[in-house]
Amino acid sequence: MTEARMRTVDYNLYYGSFKALTNVTLNIPVNRITAIIGPSGCGKSSLLRSFNRMNELIPGVRTTGEVFLDGENIFSKDVVELRKKVGMVFQRPNPFPKSVYDNVAYGPRIHGIRDKTILAEIVESSLKSAALWDEVKDNLGKSGLALSGGQQQRLCIARALAIEPEVVLMDEPASALDPVATLKIEELMEKLKQKYTIVIVTHNMQQAARVSDFTAFMLTDEQRSGNMIEFGPTTDIFTNPVDSRTEDYISGRFG
Amino acid sequence: MGEKVNRLRFRKLRQTGAFSLLWFAGAVSVLIMVFVVGYVIFKGFVHLTPDFFTTPPRGGLSGEGGISSTIIATVYLVICTLIVATPLGVGAGVFLIEYADNLKSSMIKKFVALARFGVETLAGVPSIIFGLFGYALFVTAMHFGFSILSAALAGSCLVIPVIIRTTEEALKAVPDSYRYASLAMGASRWETIRKVVLPSAVTGISTGLILSAGRIVSETAIFYVTLGGSYRTPTSIMSSGRTMALHVYYLAMETRAFDKAMATGAVLVVLIIIINLVINVISRRLSAETGS
Repeated sequence: MTEARMRTVDYNLYYGSFKALTNVTLNIPVNRITAIIGPSGCGKSSLLRSFNRMNELIPGVRTTGEVFLDGENIFSKDVVELRKKVGMVFQRPNPFPKSVYDNVAYGPRIHGIRDKTILAEIVESSLKSAALWDEVKDNLGKSGLALSGGQQQRLCIARALAIEPEVVLMDEPASALDPVATLKIEELMEKLKQKYTIVIVTHNMQQAARVSDFTAFMLTDEQRSGNMIEFGPTTDIFTNPVDSRTEDYISGRFG
Repeated sequence: MGEKVNRLRFRKLRQTGAFSLLWFAGAVSVLIMVFVVGYVIFKGFVHLTPDFFTTPPRGGLSGEGGISSTIIATVYLVICTLIVATPLGVGAGVFLIEYADNLKSSMIKKFVALARFGVETLAGVPSIIFGLFGYALFVTAMHFGFSILSAALAGSCLVIPVIIRTTEEALKAVPDSYRYASLAMGASRWETIRKVVLPSAVTGISTGLILSAGRIVSETAIFYVTLGGSYRTPTSIMSSGRTMALHVYYLAMETRAFDKAMATGAVLVVLIIIINLVINVISRRLSAETGS
């Protein structure tokens, strides 16, 4: 197996008294796409939001265990530094009500880049990486909200890429999009993994099978807490799972 | 069969009756409004001349002269009040929505609940109460006298609740997904507020500011006891003065120039209508922005 970009060790997450994740240990391989699958409420998104500590915005959240980025414990890191390295794309496209240009330039500006030529370069390269440049290059002043849903999501990907993260977290990035737009996002992910480590949460097993190199399967236990059942290369998980529960889920017997 | 038809006819009749009453209520309300506004404008406009706007009142019992100094005093007071009230009101609204709601301490939660209750209560207090408070504190205790300053400070107390509430509403209308997107890129809470949340809420907040300006223009009691009533043009923040609304009051109560009171009233009514139209335009733009 390739080296791990991120790693969780005996990670537990609590929302108040409710334990949402139990003893999750998982490696996220470098420059690969890792899919987290499992039925609704199994803690996929909670786990994903742990990688950039977005869970901390919810009052009453507590964690034990460790999460590492490049061998460094993320909880001893400054959260701004962490989120600079671990970007996120949300389920629903959420561009700011600003121009396409200002959307992409937002992150770099926050992190102190003022020089106009540098900003313009970042905007162009990010939009190219997100396969949106050709569609918007003539009208970068247009509002991000005026784009189609699929374009908006690619704009959000460009916005996340503009701060040059190492990891990109995607929380069901295509679930609000039509099949054509979904295909575009999937093709894009394939391209992005050359430079970035990608973690995607998805409901859609075909999508996980299509795009990911590794798959993590999660399930809730009797206490409704999320457990990591099985992790491995996607081909193994889908053709030759070790755990019978994985097989049941993959073959559509529940979930 | 026949009974069923009868019943249907009866139901239709009842509906017609109810709708007629609703129509009547609506028509009467509109007529009253049109009559009041029309009366003031009609009675007032005949006395309007260019001189009326450019000469100050002459004072005394005659009520002769124009309203130039009262226009200046009104504008002066609106500007000074908003300079004081805007940062405080917007700041408090931002605190309540963006910070306080996310805090865990029960002490602060109680403080916030108290602050919200205070804002609600203040918004319903008659303006003369703010006037008395302003008279006791700013005019007397702090020795600001009857002045634009005293009036602006008292006026701020009056409009700050309005600004807080419209700011809160405007901030609540900003989707959380904007905040998450910004925070996930490593922006701090403050950067998120300043660069994403406030720009998205600016149209809503400006509605509150214009509403406040309208309130300052139309109030009398509070300024009667803080601004004094000098008909001279205010020259500094420590000058006494007379807003247009106050001038209407003085003219009607202390002079024989009822026609001039009507003329000033007509100008005021037109001003208020303009302010309301501006608010409507802004609100429409606001819903067009967030409605997508």
